[in-house]
Amino acid sequence: MQAGEPSLVTLSGVAKRYLTGTLALRDVSLAIGAGEFLALLGPSGCGKSTLLRMIAGLTVPSQGRIAWPGGPPGARDIGFVFQEPTLMPWATALANVALPLELAGIPRREAEARAAEMLARVELKSFERAYPRALSGGMRMRVSIARALVTKPRLLLMDEPFAALDEITRFRLNNDLLDLWQAARFTVVFVTHSVFESVYLARRIAVMAARPGRITADLAIEEPYPRGEVFRTSAAYAAHCREVSLALEAAMAARAA
Amino acid sequence: MTEEGPPRLGLTAEGWTRLLAPLAIGLAVLGLWEGITRWKGIPPYVLPGPVLIAETLVRDWAPLSASLLVTLKITALALLVAAALGLMLAVLFAQSRVVELSLFPYAVILQVTPIVAIAPLIIIWVDDITLSLLICAWIVAFFPILSNTTVGLNSTDHNLLDLFRLYRASRWQVLWRLRLPTAMPFFLAGLRISGGLALIGAIVAEFVAGTGGNASGLAYRILEAGFQLQIPRMFAALVLVSATGIAIFLMLSLISHLLLRRWHESALGRGERR
Repeated sequence: MQAGEPSLVTLSGVAKRYLTGTLALRDVSLAIGAGEFLALLGPSGCGKSTLLRMIAGLTVPSQGRIAWPGGPPGARDIGFVFQEPTLMPWATALANVALPLELAGIPRREAEARAAEMLARVELKSFERAYPRALSGGMRMRVSIARALVTKPRLLLMDEPFAALDEITRFRLNNDLLDLWQAARFTVVFVTHSVFESVYLARRIAVMAARPGRITADLAIEEPYPRGEVFRTSAAYAAHCREVSLALEAAMAARAA
Repeated sequence: MTEEGPPRLGLTAEGWTRLLAPLAIGLAVLGLWEGITRWKGIPPYVLPGPVLIAETLVRDWAPLSASLLVTLKITALALLVAAALGLMLAVLFAQSRVVELSLFPYAVILQVTPIVAIAPLIIIWVDDITLSLLICAWIVAFFPILSNTTVGLNSTDHNLLDLFRLYRASRWQVLWRLRLPTAMPFFLAGLRISGGLALIGAIVAEFVAGTGGNASGLAYRILEAGFQLQIPRMFAALVLVSATGIAIFLMLSLISHLLLRRWHESALGRGERR
């Protein structure tokens, strides 16, 4: 978080111990600025998904607190994108995207109009009436992103959303996500285990270590947006990747020690 | 689509095989049956040939169809009540674990107790004979719907549940928009099993009750024909029972297909599967 920027959510001394006794997270403190694109990078089992679920309010921390300086989030302030598209198979793409609005009691007609608008934003205008099984993996993920953004949330939480996709689709969705973020300026917390993806997307990377999960490095990627294919092949990109890789290696070594 | 050549008369090559192959087997067996009864000179009161059975079915159509209607009415009503109560009870179970744990064993007891053994009691306790038959058919039919729907309601994708929680959906919204649609294929699979069971339950209860007169179902026709040694008529009634069972199964399969074809794996054609 850059100095002077207002913080959207602040975690202080957060820990999570599961009922089994496993310490999933230990003493995590993190201030997430409004409009920030933060990547949580770490090996599997470092508790990054747990951290995300805590911010979403789906899991309660065992210790520490999560504060929202601008007031607690409402039912429509947080969007969540899971690793799987997690769509309702019995509903069309349009009905899936309209779901958060309908759950909030918005009349169907208006909800569907806004869902249609959002589907057009993710380039799925002609697939409104399609059922999830008729869509490709990348398209399903677009529907999932549209659903997360349809409420115009302040915070978008993404849990390794593109990990199951092929590289070509992943690169395209990376660019589309950055475009959406640039246009609407919501805050993003993006969980990933890919150094390359985190450097390409994020303005700030929190590197995590496992057992117990904790943040070991907090790195800024001060490169201008929009970032395109030129950035992906630039020397600056390679330098950042090297820096982040080293931080990740150090995190893994700290675990072994 | 798989490479099967162009569809003819609305059916693919596989569709035709599926239709014609069992039909050919059926005709061959019937032919053999007829041949043996004639060649060996088996008397009709031991084993009537298919032709005689068909003739009897046509000749005695009036009393047989009246009985068919009685049995059909009980079967349909029992299935309807089983579906409604099974679904309601399953929803109740899904809402409260305590209710599920305390009631489910009794549902199992109801299911494993042979209907032939309880039918006489029910017929004694309940004055109205139609109602007692209905209760017997219902007892047999209701368990598959209850147990299938319960499994279905508990099979909800946990990520979708988290999503509903994130948007602070009410209990009712979770049930109506998430749990019930998830349970739909399970419920329909249970319904298909229960359709046949409702018929069996109705027939068994009729056998036990042994009601005569106007309000007697197909089972009574079978009993009556047995007493009178009218074996061809007994077979004709049996044919009607089987045909009814097949018709119920096909109808419920069609309903299930129509409801699920857009989204559920079980209702997709082979060629459509991704």
